[in-house]
Amino acid sequence: MKLLLKGGTIIDPTQNYNQVADLLIENGLVSKIGENLSTTGVEVFDAQGLVIAPGFVDMHVHLREPGLEAKEDIASGTKAAAAGGFTTIACMPNTKPVVDQAIIVSGILHRAQLEGVVNVKVIGALSKGQQGKELAEIGDMILSGAVAISDDGSSLDNNRLFKIGLEYTSMFGCPVISHAEDESLVDEGVMHEGAVSAMLGMKGRPSVAEDIAVARDIMLAQYTDSRLHIAHVSSKGAVELIRQAKKRGVKVTAEATPHHLTLTDEAVKTFNTAAKVNPPLRSADHVAALLEGLKDGTLDAIATDHAPHAFEEKDIEFRQAPPGFAGLETALGVILTDLYHTGKFTLVEIVEKMSTAPASILNIEAGSLKAGAPADIAIIDTELEWTVDSSAFYTKGKHTPFDKKILKGKAVATIVSGKFVMRKGKVCI
Amino acid sequence: MSKRQISLRGKDILGLEMMTVPEIEVILETACQMKGIIDRDIKKVPTLRGKSIVNLFFEASTRTRTSFELAGKYLGADVVNITASASSVTKGESLRDTLYTVEAMGVDVIVMRHEAEGAAQYAANVASPVIINAGDGAHEHPTQGLLDMFTMKEVKGKLDGLKVAIVGDIFHSRVARSNIWGLLKMGAEVHLAGPKTLMPYYIQEVGVHVHNRVEEALEGADVVNVLRIQRERQHKGLFPSAREYARIFGINQARLDLAKPDALIMHPGPMNRGLEISPDVAYGDQSVIQEQVKNGLAIRMAALFLVLTGGKNIETTA
Repeated sequence: MKLLLKGGTIIDPTQNYNQVADLLIENGLVSKIGENLSTTGVEVFDAQGLVIAPGFVDMHVHLREPGLEAKEDIASGTKAAAAGGFTTIACMPNTKPVVDQAIIVSGILHRAQLEGVVNVKVIGALSKGQQGKELAEIGDMILSGAVAISDDGSSLDNNRLFKIGLEYTSMFGCPVISHAEDESLVDEGVMHEGAVSAMLGMKGRPSVAEDIAVARDIMLAQYTDSRLHIAHVSSKGAVELIRQAKKRGVKVTAEATPHHLTLTDEAVKTFNTAAKVNPPLRSADHVAALLEGLKDGTLDAIATDHAPHAFEEKDIEFRQAPPGFAGLETALGVILTDLYHTGKFTLVEIVEKMSTAPASILNIEAGSLKAGAPADIAIIDTELEWTVDSSAFYTKGKHTPFDKKILKGKAVATIVSGKFVMRKGKVCI
Repeated sequence: MSKRQISLRGKDILGLEMMTVPEIEVILETACQMKGIIDRDIKKVPTLRGKSIVNLFFEASTRTRTSFELAGKYLGADVVNITASASSVTKGESLRDTLYTVEAMGVDVIVMRHEAEGAAQYAANVASPVIINAGDGAHEHPTQGLLDMFTMKEVKGKLDGLKVAIVGDIFHSRVARSNIWGLLKMGAEVHLAGPKTLMPYYIQEVGVHVHNRVEEALEGADVVNVLRIQRERQHKGLFPSAREYARIFGINQARLDLAKPDALIMHPGPMNRGLEISPDVAYGDQSVIQEQVKNGLAIRMAALFLVLTGGKNIETTA
């Protein structure tokens, strides 16, 4: 019942802790952190040279269950999470049927208890069937465990409904998460509108479509005094709008994805459907603005927007391919390689963005190693070099723009409620 | 035959963006020889006897498909046409499976037209026969780009330094994109004009000049390449009316007079006479539109010949 993680560098932003020490787990909870803790009567895990962090929290995952199990299910998606160092994931409601009723929230939570490898939180839909016409039973879903409300997958263009959704959800203290892209402006666009789309002849999703939607969202959040979270920010205009809104005291938070932080629209130059995503991978000036926003706190969290699809669904012409790709198993490696090893971000900042901040936004018990907290832990080898091999992924989504890339840094063990769910890259349950 | 070390044997022709200057030159030179065959009384040479070519067309086409078909047949190859409406595509077969089916029949070259940008690249990735892109969405139409350059070079004697104006719906035009890549590589100056709603943002970043007014693009031009305006663009609200388009962007003699006196008028066809081009210009002395069609055949013969043989003697069997 006791597990001692010995000699690792323990990083916990909630305690400003960042030093080599031992961490004792008792009865599934963090018991204490200290130097030279007694090893008698406990299972010892040698963590020398490794980093021990609160398990990562991904607030933007598509688990695809119910109804879209060819793409992913709770079992495969939570295994992928464990492999990537995530101990809690929140799943988006654009399933079949849409998660727009309490019974579906309960059903997913129940399934996750039975088959899930990591903790699963549920995000309920804002509108019935995500049709953008009338409110879903938001209160009922929140009382049954939903942690946030969102019509993610597409933008909610109806201003009045978005306003009502914010007002109603705010009664329960939960955030509304917005996929912000003005539909009439993205039209039939399949990639970022820029020099690359101009010469590929493909229709663009202009960055201004995101800017306008984010501006609208912020104005309504300010007017209704409600909590708003902007998902997968990808445009520099959106970063600036959020920055200004935060200065005005608007209750807005935001996330960025590993792919938007590290890749540009050059990735789709070969018509690689594995790089097709909404909002799209943009040009280098946008990427620079995202990194700046992440650094100065405008962007609070890193979330993967893990959006797996069946192989054959992505194995078609670019224009027809569905947007999105797997992200859980590459996120940490990509972030460590491009943000940590380049000296742009510290490990403390990264743990904050990938664990503490998203837990705080969703107001869930996670993201901390304080005594008494659930022992949900990621153990990381920051120096481990590995090559992304999508065919070996736990997720059913085998497409990723990072395939075959050499990354530096990886979770080598994941602990949920005091038990190892992943060791040396292998999920163990 | 040129003795240069450039061989296109077994190479896909997906777009002019991916081609080198020597590769473009060898096709243009070979097309010159092919043109001689077209003018013969007996047009058949046995060069590609025993080779099979499939025209796999997922989009309607008359001139390009016929051009490739005759090109293959003049060189002695067997040519089969597959059109999407008549194939299993309508039953929901994926592009990969369609390509596998064609490949399994021992085809040497697949000439493919598809409505989606990148479809030719996809085909090249999954199928082993040589792929010649006959148009992938708004991306590229390399043999059209080549035949346009061939036509310009034939009359003007060079491409380097030519001022070429491309006028019309640049956004939806694969012809424009193949022309832009090819012409920039060969040293020409490219000027674009058309409604801003049909002009891709940021396209100037590749080195072309973009004009709001068609007159600016035409001034002093050696070549004016007029693109087809599709009526459905108007229906999508990208320009208000055909008559307004004709008034502001249509190429008539008065506008053409802004170009050099010996400027060429080109059009990839099919034309909307009275919309993007006035009939007197289309059939006037400066028009080489008919010659483009003939040159298209020569270019496609050259392309098929080069990818299948690497460029040996045209008159003998493969």
